[in-house]
Amino acid sequence: MRVVSFTLNGKATRLTVDETRMLLWVLRDDLGLTGTKFGCGQALCGACTVLVNNEAVQSCATPVGEVDGKQVVTIEGLASGDRLHPIQEAFVKHLGFQCGYCTPGMILGAYALLHKTPKPTRAQIIAHMDSHLCRCGAHGRIVQAVETAAAAKGGAR
Amino acid sequence: MSWDDDGNELVIDGPAPFPVTRRDFLKLTSTGVLVLMSVDALAGQETARPPTGRQGYPTDFNAYLHIGADNKVTCFVGKVELGQGAMTSLPQLLAEDLDVALASVEIVCGDTDLCPWDMGTFGSLSIRAFGPVLRAAAAEARGVLLALAAERLQVPVESLSVKDGVIRAAGSAAKTVTYGQLTEGKRIERTLASKPAVKPVKAFTIVGTSAPRRDAIEKVTGKAKYAGDIAPAGALHARILRPPAHGAVLAGADTSAAEKMPGVTVIRDGDLIAVLHQHWDEADKALALVKASFTRKDPPVDNATIFDHLVKNAPPEQRVAAGGDPATYAGPPLQVFEQTYYDSYMAHAPMETHSAVAAVENGKVTVWAGTQTPFPVKNQIMQALRLPAEKVRVITPHVGGGFGGKSASRQAVEAARLATLAGKPVRVVFTRAEEFFYDTFRPAAVLKIRSGLDASGRIVTWEYWVYAAGERGAAHFYDIPHHRTLAYGTWSGAGVPGYHPFAVGPWRAPGASTNAFARESHIDVMAAKAGIDPVEFRLKNLTDARMIRTLKAAAAKFGWTPKAAPSGRGVGVACGIDAGTYDTLMVEVAVDKTTGAVRVKRVVCAQDQGVVVNPAGSLQQVEGCITMGLGYTFSEEIRFKGGEVLDRNFDTYAIPRFSQVPQIDTVFIDAPDVPAQGCGEPAIVPLGAAVANAIYDAVGARVFQLPMTPARVKAAMKG
Ligand code: FES
Ligand code: FES
Repeated sequence: MRVVSFTLNGKATRLTVDETRMLLWVLRDDLGLTGTKFGCGQALCGACTVLVNNEAVQSCATPVGEVDGKQVVTIEGLASGDRLHPIQEAFVKHLGFQCGYCTPGMILGAYALLHKTPKPTRAQIIAHMDSHLCRCGAHGRIVQAVETAAAAKGGAR
Repeated sequence: MSWDDDGNELVIDGPAPFPVTRRDFLKLTSTGVLVLMSVDALAGQETARPPTGRQGYPTDFNAYLHIGADNKVTCFVGKVELGQGAMTSLPQLLAEDLDVALASVEIVCGDTDLCPWDMGTFGSLSIRAFGPVLRAAAAEARGVLLALAAERLQVPVESLSVKDGVIRAAGSAAKTVTYGQLTEGKRIERTLASKPAVKPVKAFTIVGTSAPRRDAIEKVTGKAKYAGDIAPAGALHARILRPPAHGAVLAGADTSAAEKMPGVTVIRDGDLIAVLHQHWDEADKALALVKASFTRKDPPVDNATIFDHLVKNAPPEQRVAAGGDPATYAGPPLQVFEQTYYDSYMAHAPMETHSAVAAVENGKVTVWAGTQTPFPVKNQIMQALRLPAEKVRVITPHVGGGFGGKSASRQAVEAARLATLAGKPVRVVFTRAEEFFYDTFRPAAVLKIRSGLDASGRIVTWEYWVYAAGERGAAHFYDIPHHRTLAYGTWSGAGVPGYHPFAVGPWRAPGASTNAFARESHIDVMAAKAGIDPVEFRLKNLTDARMIRTLKAAAAKFGWTPKAAPSGRGVGVACGIDAGTYDTLMVEVAVDKTTGAVRVKRVVCAQDQGVVVNPAGSLQQVEGCITMGLGYTFSEEIRFKGGEVLDRNFDTYAIPRFSQVPQIDTVFIDAPDVPAQGCGEPAIVPLGAAVANAIYDAVGARVFQLPMTPARVKAAMKG
């Protein structure tokens, strides 16, 4: 057990926690942020993707100790109040989801891409998103949503 | 236990995961001592009713709708939202026939205390089978409200019209009354002796529009709740000890190390061993400390031997379709084609693993479950806990994909049982390995076809033997004078113990993709031999007008130019009928001749699903079908040895990815004359066959087994 301090969705957070525990479960079970999803537990599906210092990270394979001193953003932290982030807006516009279970991870994955590469090519979007699985088959629409978000906003907020 | 649903799809519940006859449950006290408690003590004097089995939809329209004094409407359905859009499209049907504004309608899905009974959400039945029930309820409610308004306003009912839940008398602007004023939020006690007709298609203003999805905002903001997200105060996660293989029996277990972990509670009842902790990951660590040994009783089958096994041990045949007499055909000589096709076990692999949370309060068990079948699950829980109906409630939050795999929901029963034993709310969230292990796989199958073609390119005989895939989609739809289709076993298993080494069940359009793969491949085998373009060949052998129009629409959209295969272009076509819907798919592929890897460049789908309730939603379903279908076509195949499922995660079990997804163009056939049919499954059906035909067109080699892995494509090219 140790104290881990990080910024979570803009708020300073201090936890006394077994630092080897995976961030996913600390977010879900200790902090009640259930928007981050469990899909595989082995960094194989992307459902648990969160942002750590604006990079997409699979929280099921990230010990919470590793985010000490860093900025963590989960899907709950993306919109400002009722105002959706442009990527979220684009997912709504293109219906880039069905069951929605992969969606938080997809959106944060897309965020990380646009943060680094504000004007990605279609091939770059596909390459970047390829580690994210979606069983409902929303892929084509997700690519369109990322393109729209890139065009609208030039990437990250 | 199973409930047959119009011969369409079966709910596979399998044996209850806990013994249901045992009278004594173990109850864990606060001191951690296990004491025996009789179930009857838990349930009071009440004894559980037997499972109600097949019920019907309620006839009282109040079961489906409630109109508040504020004119807000609540629609209640036993269907659940799996991502397929039921919570968006069903209110459209209700609003249309009730004549209320769509925005005034809220919907409650899959809550057994609030919603009318339903068998479950599968078989593409929500719109085509439940839709008419919901519409009739809305139409009757509207009729009753008009009668009440006529009395209130003292005008003849014929003079009334309704818009957005406001009733107006003709010629008198002052004479209006809202639905809400009439109901005052109470149930409507009157019914109509003669049930009013539902609206004709040409009067639709809400059905047929792309009403926006109701779940969009909550799904993009992470607010949408799935079963595993429900956390009643004090809830503990349970991780349950699982056998290493199907058929294995627990021989012994030592839980002492797990018990020493802080915050861990161990529950043990017979073969059930579960470790509970507030955090899922810590419960998981504790489970790893349980030392258990099992006695294996593996069936002697694996991926290589299963096909012989399925044929040798096949249950008695069932006739699916027949006409003429193919066996004794004695007309002009035919060119005979005989071929065997194979399909493999496949997983549903929804991104949300089976999850459930159970809480017991005042003897009533409430279970939030990710399930396609809340009412059958409720029955299972009643049985397992020996509780009467009013003591069990199943609530279905958002479900993270189902595809047939969440028709079986053992996790809900496990959560209910463990919550009762623990005296605390319990959450069960399957690992991906549990998800694979307990999945009800799409069955492996063997499909034999013998057909005869005359000199003019007409199919004259067709004999089809279906082993293990079942009857759905097995009957051909071509114009063949002498034919016979026999099915051995169904997609839900064969009723023969040990026929399959694990559970099998409904996988999106169960059996139909398997049957289409064999049939439509075989059609192309004949067309190629006859030197006829595959579209032309089909048209030559078809009289079904709905199929002909999807074929022609697909060809137009695709820009199909006739050429006999193999043309080297890599184009393929296949047709299918499922859930009352007709599909033609056309695909273009590129085959890497050195690796055998196949890339689908584009897909055109022409679909006749009758009236399209929500075009945007239907489009999503078609695209989802085609994208998901790439998995069964190319890569999905459960590897197993005896009762052991070797695939445990997505590292070895490959589902479709972004880099594989082709351009998809969909054409819906304008068919106002056909009532709304299924949409969630049909488009997946012909994909495998269309791709097989395109591979043949590209390289002149045919693959006879799904999935068409690079190795199988390469092997086919070697001949
Ligand atoms: S749950 Fe973390 S990548 Fe799948
Ligand atoms: S929307 Fe269901 S898994 Fe992607």
